[in-house]
Amino acid sequence: MAHATTDTALAGSYGAAAAAAAKTPGYWGGVWRKLRRDPVTVVCMAVVLLIVLAAIFAPFVAPNDPYATSMTRRLKPIGTDGHLLGTDELGRDMLSRLIYGGRISLFTGLTPVFLATLIGGGLGLLAGYFGGLVNTAVMRTMDVFYAFPSVLLAVAISGALGAGLLNVLIALTVVFIPPICRIAESVTTQIRTEDYVDAARATGASTPRIIGTHILPNVLGPVFIYASSLISVSIVVASGLAFLGLGVSPPQADWGLMLNTLRQAIYIAPVNAVVPGVMIFITSMCFNMMSDGLRSAMDVKD
Amino acid sequence: MLFYVIRRLLYAVPITIGVTIVCFSLIHLAPGDPLSTVLPDNASPEVAAQIRAAYGFDKPLPIQYLVWLGNVAQGDFGVSVQSRRPVLGDVLPAVRNTMILAFAAVLLGFSFGILAGAVAGHVEGSLLDKAVTAFAITGVSVPHYWLGLVLVVVFAVNLGMLPAMGMGPGGQSGFTIDWAHLKHLILPAITLAVIPAGIIARSVRATVAEVRKREFVSALRAKGMPRPRIFLHVAKNAAPVVLAVSGLQFAQLLGGSILVEMVFSWPGTGFLMNSAIFTRDLPVLQGTILVLSLFFVLINLIVDVLQVVFDPRIKRA
Repeated sequence: MAHATTDTALAGSYGAAAAAAAKTPGYWGGVWRKLRRDPVTVVCMAVVLLIVLAAIFAPFVAPNDPYATSMTRRLKPIGTDGHLLGTDELGRDMLSRLIYGGRISLFTGLTPVFLATLIGGGLGLLAGYFGGLVNTAVMRTMDVFYAFPSVLLAVAISGALGAGLLNVLIALTVVFIPPICRIAESVTTQIRTEDYVDAARATGASTPRIIGTHILPNVLGPVFIYASSLISVSIVVASGLAFLGLGVSPPQADWGLMLNTLRQAIYIAPVNAVVPGVMIFITSMCFNMMSDGLRSAMDVKD
Repeated sequence: MLFYVIRRLLYAVPITIGVTIVCFSLIHLAPGDPLSTVLPDNASPEVAAQIRAAYGFDKPLPIQYLVWLGNVAQGDFGVSVQSRRPVLGDVLPAVRNTMILAFAAVLLGFSFGILAGAVAGHVEGSLLDKAVTAFAITGVSVPHYWLGLVLVVVFAVNLGMLPAMGMGPGGQSGFTIDWAHLKHLILPAITLAVIPAGIIARSVRATVAEVRKREFVSALRAKGMPRPRIFLHVAKNAAPVVLAVSGLQFAQLLGGSILVEMVFSWPGTGFLMNSAIFTRDLPVLQGTILVLSLFFVLINLIVDVLQVVFDPRIKRA
C-alpha cells in the first residue's frame, strides 16, 4: 500500500487509479463486506456471538447457580417463576445450565476443528509441496483413516481411550485431520507448479519462504472454507459423544450430557428433556449457514 | 475399464491392511493393561505372567498383530470379556440389525433427497427451491439423536402412535416384515434418514441445476423436445454424481447409526459398541469396528466401480 500512496503523489493521470486501488480493501476486506450484506449470515453471526458471550461471561449472565440442586423443584415446566426454562431432573435451573453448558459444548466443538486445521493443513501443505515419497507416506496414511465412517471412528477412539473431555478432543481431531489434509494437499499440488513459484525458486527464495509467502496464502482460503463447514459437524458429534456419556462427567453442564441425563424424564417432562438439544441445533445451524455465507462470499464453488 | 477395476481392487488391499492395523491398535490405545479385566486382583506375578503368555501379550506388538490378523482371517475375532462368547457371534446379528435400519433409512432418505433435490434444481431460485434448500441445511445441521428424542416425545409419548424403543414387540430382536415390526422401524429410520436426505438433496440440487445450464439441454429444448424427455437426459447426466454421494452416505450410515440406536434401544452395532465401551469389553469394541469398517471399504469399492460402469468417461488416477 505504501507504493500506491507514493505513486499518487508522483504520477498525475495514473494517480487517480492508484488512489482508488489504495482505497480498495484487500481480498479479505471484500469478503467481509459481502458477508455483512448477507442478512442470513449477519443474523447467524449475531446468534453465535450471543451464545459465545453468554458462555464466556456465564457467571455474570446466568440467573442461578447451575449446580444448585433442589429436591422440591424438580422438572418444573418452562416459564416457572424464577426458572425461565424450567428445571432439570435434579431441580437445577435449566437456563443457567444451558448458559454454562455452552462453555464445554462450544469448546469441544471448536477446538478439534482448530487443531485439525493446523495439523491437517500443515501435513497437506508439506505432502503437496514435497511430493514424491513424503506425499505417498502422508496421503496413504490419510486414506486409511478415510476408510472409517467418521462418527464410528470418533466413537471408537474416544471409546477405547475412555470417557473424558481430552479424549473427545483427541478423537474428533483425528477424525477431521484427513479431509482437511486432502484439501490442503490438492491445492498445494496445483500451485507448486505455477510459474510464480518457479520464478520465486529461480530467484533463490528458500523453501520456507516459498511456502510461507506464495503457497500458504493460496491454500488458506479453501482450507478455511472447508474447516468452517466442519464446525457444525464437530459441535453435533462432540455433543453426541457427550450424549453417549463419553465426554465430561456429571454434574458438569454440557448440552449433550444434559440430553443424556434428562432422558430418564422423557415421559414425565418431555419438553424439558429435549430443550438442551435446541441449543445444539441452533448453534450447529448457525455455524452451517455462516459457513455457506463465507463460501459464497469467497466465491468458491462446491 | 477392466484395468481400472483391477487397479481399484488392488488399491483396496493396502487400505484394508491399514484398517486392520488401526483396529488392532485400538486395544493398545486403551489406557491400562489389557489383562486387567481378565486377571483377578490378587493374582500372583507368576499367574499373571502365565495368563499374559496364554493371551500372547508377552510377544512384541508386530507379532501380536500378525497372530491376531491370522485369527481374524479365519473368523476368530476373539472372545468377549463380558459374555465369554466368541465376538463374531455377538457382532454379526448386531450388524444385521444395523443393516436393516440403514436400508430403511436409505430408502427413505435417498428417495426424498433425490426427489426434492431434482425438483429444486429444476426450479432454481423459486420458493420451492428455497424450501428445499432450507430443509437441506436443517437436515445437515440437526443433531439427529436429538431429533430422535423429539420424535419419541411427539409420536410415542404424546400421541402414543408408535413404540419408543426396541426392534419388535416384547423386546424381541428377530425381524419379519409385518406391521408390528415395521412400527418399531419407522421412528429410528426417519431419524437416521434426515442427514443423508439433507446432504443428497443439496448435492442433487446443485448437480441438476448445473447440468441444466449445459449447452446440450438448450439444444434439446430448441429442437422442441418435450420436458419429460429433457428431464430424462438431465437425469442421466446427473446420475454419476448422485450415485457417488449416495454411496458415501449409505456407507456413513453404518457408523452414524450408533447415536440413533442408543436413542431407540435398537439392538444393532451402535448399541453393542456402547455397552462394550462402558464394560471395557475391548475385543467386542474392536470386532464391531473392524467388521463395520470392512463393510465401509467394500461399499466404497462397489460405488467407485459402479460409477465407472455408469459413466465410462470417468478416468480415475
